[in-house]
Amino acid sequence: MTYYAFIGAVEQGFVYGLMVLGVYLTFRVLDFPDLTVDGSLPLGAAVSAVAVSAGVDPYLSLLFAFAAGFAAGTVTGILNTKLGILHLLASILTMIALYSVIIRIMGRPNLTLLGKPTVLDAVTGLGLAPHAAGPLLYGVLAVAAGWALVWYLSTRFGQATLATGDNPRMITALGVNTHTTIILGVGLANALTAVSGALVAQNQGAADVNMGVGTIVAGLASVIIGETLVGKGQGGLGRAVVAALAGSVAYRLAIAVALDLRIGELSVTPSDLNLITALVVVLALTAPTVRAKIAGRRC
Amino acid sequence: MLTLTGIAKTFHTGGADAVTALDGVSLNVEKGDFITLIGSNGAGKSTLLNCLAGVFPPDAGTIVLDGTDITALPEYARAGFLGRVFQDPLQGTCASLSIEQNMALAALRGKRRGLSRGVDPRDRDRFRQALASLSLGLEDRLNARVRLLSGGQRQALTMLMATLVRPEVLLLDEHTAALDPKTATHILELTARLVETQRLTTLMVTHNMNQAIRLGNRLIMMHRGRIILDVAGREKQNLTVEALLRRFAALRAPDGPNGPDGQDGLDGADDMTDKMLLA
Repeated sequence: MTYYAFIGAVEQGFVYGLMVLGVYLTFRVLDFPDLTVDGSLPLGAAVSAVAVSAGVDPYLSLLFAFAAGFAAGTVTGILNTKLGILHLLASILTMIALYSVIIRIMGRPNLTLLGKPTVLDAVTGLGLAPHAAGPLLYGVLAVAAGWALVWYLSTRFGQATLATGDNPRMITALGVNTHTTIILGVGLANALTAVSGALVAQNQGAADVNMGVGTIVAGLASVIIGETLVGKGQGGLGRAVVAALAGSVAYRLAIAVALDLRIGELSVTPSDLNLITALVVVLALTAPTVRAKIAGRRC
Repeated sequence: MLTLTGIAKTFHTGGADAVTALDGVSLNVEKGDFITLIGSNGAGKSTLLNCLAGVFPPDAGTIVLDGTDITALPEYARAGFLGRVFQDPLQGTCASLSIEQNMALAALRGKRRGLSRGVDPRDRDRFRQALASLSLGLEDRLNARVRLLSGGQRQALTMLMATLVRPEVLLLDEHTAALDPKTATHILELTARLVETQRLTTLMVTHNMNQAIRLGNRLIMMHRGRIILDVAGREKQNLTVEALLRRFAALRAPDGPNGPDGQDGLDGADDMTDKMLLA
């Protein structure tokens, strides 16, 4: 892998890191498998692209993306809690609906941002080389978002959110309306994902309605890889968030390596990545069971 | 202080397997009452407690607490005045959170939860003191994950959490049934002590007749969704397990020897005597 490919992968790891934090929040904290992210990532991209095209400051456009993603997440949360739809189905419904919403927002399936200002301009303006500015800025943003998530989950409301995923019966008996913790939690997760999508769009110079396909699987793979690398459970929230970000970077690096791979005539193409990612997630999810079985057979 | 009037609850309404869990239960609980609730499986004891806690609304009847009708209040909104301990020791605490985080969650029972710090450092002394009263050494393990505790330790912690903010009514749903005898005794002693020192109004469901007679000032026996026995004071003190079984047999005689529901677990005087004698 070239130096530039390496830097690019790290940069992508941080950009998508915000989405991975969101997936950590739903999948691990709330125990809520949320497919809304496949829609809220391009939603954030679309909102930010339209805003930047209209002359809005790129940083302010992130705020718009955050709000749009939050709204999408709360829809899923409300479908699940107030209307009693199974969480997985509720999130699929929102994701499908977002496809139409995104095209309405952009007025077409994709929007190019070539030549438009991006969040990077503020950093390159300081005289930093573009290839160093990217990882630096996105790294700072991802770490700030991670820190904010740890803070949120450490508050009284955040602790109630943690308890909602762990033991809803107990936390209800202690006076917490789990509908509220779920709706706000899923909202926040999708807000992070939408900001991630906005950064992707600005970074790639385009927003596309189909750019979100497979986001949830990439997010899960990142969360699981991170837990394997950094360890899960014991170190508390800070460690879990570091694991999520590290997992995101590791996942993008692994993809960069895979794309360089060449076995005889066969080389991996970007379109193979969905299959590879799905396999990684299946392996990671089943590894503990398989390992236990093997260990059981030995004794 | 707590008045239940004509509480009825049927599960699977209309279906072939409709089960009348509560059949017009009326009950007046005085302030400071410690009521033990017994009855065979399916008698409606746990359903009654769950109706009180708001897990599901009753089909009919009203629940009035201190003059306020709380029948329609959702479960979480009743938490402010109810302390609850479940049968399963794993249900009362959060495994992935630490002991102090669990206690901080309980310290806010029924209160608004905003964005201030989840665990207030100023609360730690209070938590430590409360934990020390358990004599389980948990006061030195505030940061230990609850996952690491035994079932008995977790149930003791749950008892503490349920009473950390004084509840108007304490609901105990067979909270020692899943524990080994020694631990169960420990939890019962703890229960008696907490109820005594805080003068708690308490409803305790149990399968153990000895427990039911020994603890509390009032004993209620349920059968097929109805209260069939309600004794208090001296009369309760003089009860024996044998006398209770005799009275049960006599009271259920008017039902006829074979109820229409012989197979669904609602019946079963035999079950009941077996279970209670064993207990």
